[in-house]
Amino acid sequence: MSLRKSRIEMPAQDPKERVKNFKEVALGYTSEMAREEASRCLNCKNPLCKKGCPVEVDIPEFISALKEDDPARAAKILKNKNNLPAICGRVCPQENQCEMHCILGKKGEPVAIGRLERFVADWEREQGIPDPEKVETINKKVAIIGSGPAGLTAAADLAKFGYQVTIFEALHVPGGVLMYGIPEFRLPKEVVQQEINYIKKLGVDIQVNFVVGKTATIADLLEEGYDAVFIGTGAGLPNFMNIPGENLSGIYSANEFLTRTNLMKAYLFPQYATPIKIGKKVAVIGAGNVAMDAARTALRLGAEESYIVYRRSAEEMPARHEEVEHAREEGVQFLFLTSPVAYKGDEKGYVKVMTCQKFALAEPDESGRRKPVAIPGSEFDMEVDTVVVAIGQGPNPLVPRTTPGLILTKKGNIQADEETGATSLSNVFAGGDIVTGAATVILAMGAGKKAARAIHRYLQGIEK
Amino acid sequence: MYEILKNEVLGSNIYLFEVKAARIAAKAEAGQFVIIRLHETAERIPLTIADYSREKGTITIIFQAVGASTRELAEYKAGQKILDLVGPLGVPSEIEKYGTVVCIGGGVGIAPIYPIARALKEAGNKVISIIGARSRDLLFWKEKMAAVSDELLIATDDGSEGRKGFVTDVLKDLLEKEKIERVWAIGPMVMMKAVANTTRPFAVKTIVSLNPIMVDGTGMCGACRVAVGKETKFACVDGPEFDGHEVDFDLAMKRLAIFKDEEQRILAKGQCGGGCGCH
Ligand SMILES: Cc1cc2nc3c(=O)[nH]c(=O)nc-3n(C[C@H](O)[C@H](O)[C@H](O)COP(=O)(O)OP(=O)(O)OC[C@H]3O[C@@H](n4cnc5c(N)ncnc54)[C@H](O)[C@@H]3O)c2cc1C
Ligand SMILES: Cc1cc2nc3c(=O)[nH]c(=O)nc-3n(C[C@H](O)[C@H](O)[C@H](O)COP(=O)(O)OP(=O)(O)OC[C@H]3O[C@@H](n4cnc5c(N)ncnc54)[C@H](O)[C@@H]3O)c2cc1C
Ligand code: SF4
Ligand code: SF4
Ligand code: FES
Repeated sequence: MSLRKSRIEMPAQDPKERVKNFKEVALGYTSEMAREEASRCLNCKNPLCKKGCPVEVDIPEFISALKEDDPARAAKILKNKNNLPAICGRVCPQENQCEMHCILGKKGEPVAIGRLERFVADWEREQGIPDPEKVETINKKVAIIGSGPAGLTAAADLAKFGYQVTIFEALHVPGGVLMYGIPEFRLPKEVVQQEINYIKKLGVDIQVNFVVGKTATIADLLEEGYDAVFIGTGAGLPNFMNIPGENLSGIYSANEFLTRTNLMKAYLFPQYATPIKIGKKVAVIGAGNVAMDAARTALRLGAEESYIVYRRSAEEMPARHEEVEHAREEGVQFLFLTSPVAYKGDEKGYVKVMTCQKFALAEPDESGRRKPVAIPGSEFDMEVDTVVVAIGQGPNPLVPRTTPGLILTKKGNIQADEETGATSLSNVFAGGDIVTGAATVILAMGAGKKAARAIHRYLQGIEK
Repeated sequence: MYEILKNEVLGSNIYLFEVKAARIAAKAEAGQFVIIRLHETAERIPLTIADYSREKGTITIIFQAVGASTRELAEYKAGQKILDLVGPLGVPSEIEKYGTVVCIGGGVGIAPIYPIARALKEAGNKVISIIGARSRDLLFWKEKMAAVSDELLIATDDGSEGRKGFVTDVLKDLLEKEKIERVWAIGPMVMMKAVANTTRPFAVKTIVSLNPIMVDGTGMCGACRVAVGKETKFACVDGPEFDGHEVDFDLAMKRLAIFKDEEQRILAKGQCGGGCGCH
């Protein structure tokens, strides 16, 4: 049998069906599919794929175990480096990470590393995840602020070293964006909670309903006996455009729209008490992953039409290709080179009209990016009854404001060393979106991993 | 889980709960609030910290059973537990020695005005308090308010207690007669708007505590945005207290009504016990 150039497709729910439900879109490999895809891997001596993984997963090793039909061993190898494999296998932008480097990608399609990772993690979950091995405890305490992928990873790795770790989370459930942002149909919340349960089994204590900066400050925590602190509070502050009418009813930030739906389960209203109002015609401003999630969520909530409204053209869309494709298949429509300049509402204050302006793309500038320029006199009105603003998030200032001495960047992110997460305060480390600005799950996890190592060195009295 | 230690009925449909929450009690200041989620399928609702005891590790919340969530909360008894409780949220009131100040509590707004009046009194101000409600059975904490005020004035719409009329009538007389440095007003949005309009011609700084719809309470969702002056603010982290002369009350009132239809639906569900197939 000659080597297949293309990867094994992953089955998915039919677009016509799936827009009516919140169940997962991608269905995952069967064991046969997984074995066949695994057999494409060359088990390279110098595996380029590994260079692309921020948490250093032993990719050829776990795939070899799969080839040999030993998913249990594959899971063990995977978990050794990655504490959240079922999550990464689903939402990692693999095409820009591990798979981008895979040697097979030079002549055909790279090994579907992410799909295999998902298969292994799902297989293990179905069997019942075995409890982690006990480690010798070190009598030192670390506080982790925020339970997104950065905080969870730092916590898990520190617990594996033997530290006593407590996570402080503002919301009522841990998981950060994994719980409140990324929709159920891409990342089932049950999967997230099971991976978090594993982290709890490592000995990590998670205190929810705890807003650092309000319930207690970092100084309070240090005084209570924590020896080091890791800040992983994410980029949770929604940006608005500050245009007339933006506070009308029916205009949500993507965070509000997705939090109501995912975290508070408004799609099950009134069984769940949190409401969401969805119009017939929904406009989502922006074209990143967050915007795609919002536009697809709108359809599932019952919108008749859902539009992505974007200032640039299809080529510049920052969303993952796969997400854009899924959105298109489901019927999301795209209005390129268009941006709102004002909203008008009815007498009760609900948004009814969005006034837009058309844009053209200028010649590429030094950075190679084509700047959108407004076309004068191109304004037109579009009827809408729901708008979701998905133009990015900034850093939440609650922790920085209450932590004297913590140096920030101009944008308000925490200044931290890329390799160690070290901040301007000797016993405080930081990583994830709060340092980099809104990025990805795997980069946040990578930062958590590096910080855990650095905290270990710091607490062992080795140089920072 | 947070244990309810006391459930007391203060007036018609007004309830006082004392809840064990040592961490929150340790940090709470006048003007701050908590968010509660009763159980797994409940929504997150904000309630002001009406009082707290650092020694006992308790906080007091007072609420009016107006909709599905507050009615459900009203059913909870001492000994039962609330699933989630987070706080203290929001920026504390700006307490200083100003001179003569007026504290106005309308309806259930008497609860959140109390800790502010107390703090202002402790800071050495002359505190004149005005409390008002539609009628006397909606008034509560008269003695507590009197204890932290140099003067306590009462107004009811129907004249069943104190002066017949609105708190703004009482306020206007005060403003004409005495030099007032600052006014605090907490109550229904219409009342706060009326108070701001009353003090505006006198150029007396007026602080109001806004109660928009909230979700997280940490600045993450923007549901609570309000227009203050030319800026959009998030009430949960920038407020809830703002300069009443700058607030766009009409917008705030419209935003409060966003989910009116849904509120009706969920109330209907509560009343028939669900399962009727009609909603
Ligand atoms: C809708 C959406 C879709 C996305 N899709 C993808 C995707 O497909 N693939 C991908 O790789 N990335 C995706 N991302 C980006 C990715 O989710 C983030 O980059 C990642 O979650 C950042 O992780 P973090 O740990 O830094 O922060 P977060 O996940 O933001 O977690 C921070 C946590 O800290 C808590 N917190 C904040 N302040 C405090 C405080 N003061 N005290 C206590 N707790 C606090 C927050 O409540 C939150 O739980 C998406 C993001 C969004 C919003
Ligand atoms: C910072 C803050 C502090 C608050 N403190 C208190 C408090 O101490 N005691 C208290 O009783 N309430 C307080 N509220 C208001 C309280 O959160 C709401 O009344 C509650 O969410 C209503 O929930 P429900 O499901 O019972 O009613 P819903 O079904 O949501 O509403 C029923 C009716 O009440 C109106 N309503 C809804 N929300 C509000 C609101 N925020 N303010 C005024 N009317 C509203 C609706 O328009 C509707 O007519 C506070 C709100 C905020 C933002
Ligand atoms: S964690 Fe992400 S980058 Fe690493 S191997 Fe898995 S899919 Fe690739
Ligand atoms: S580079 Fe590709 S083929 Fe080589 S080991 Fe990695 S996944 Fe397998
Ligand atoms: S309640 Fe979400 S930002 Fe204020």
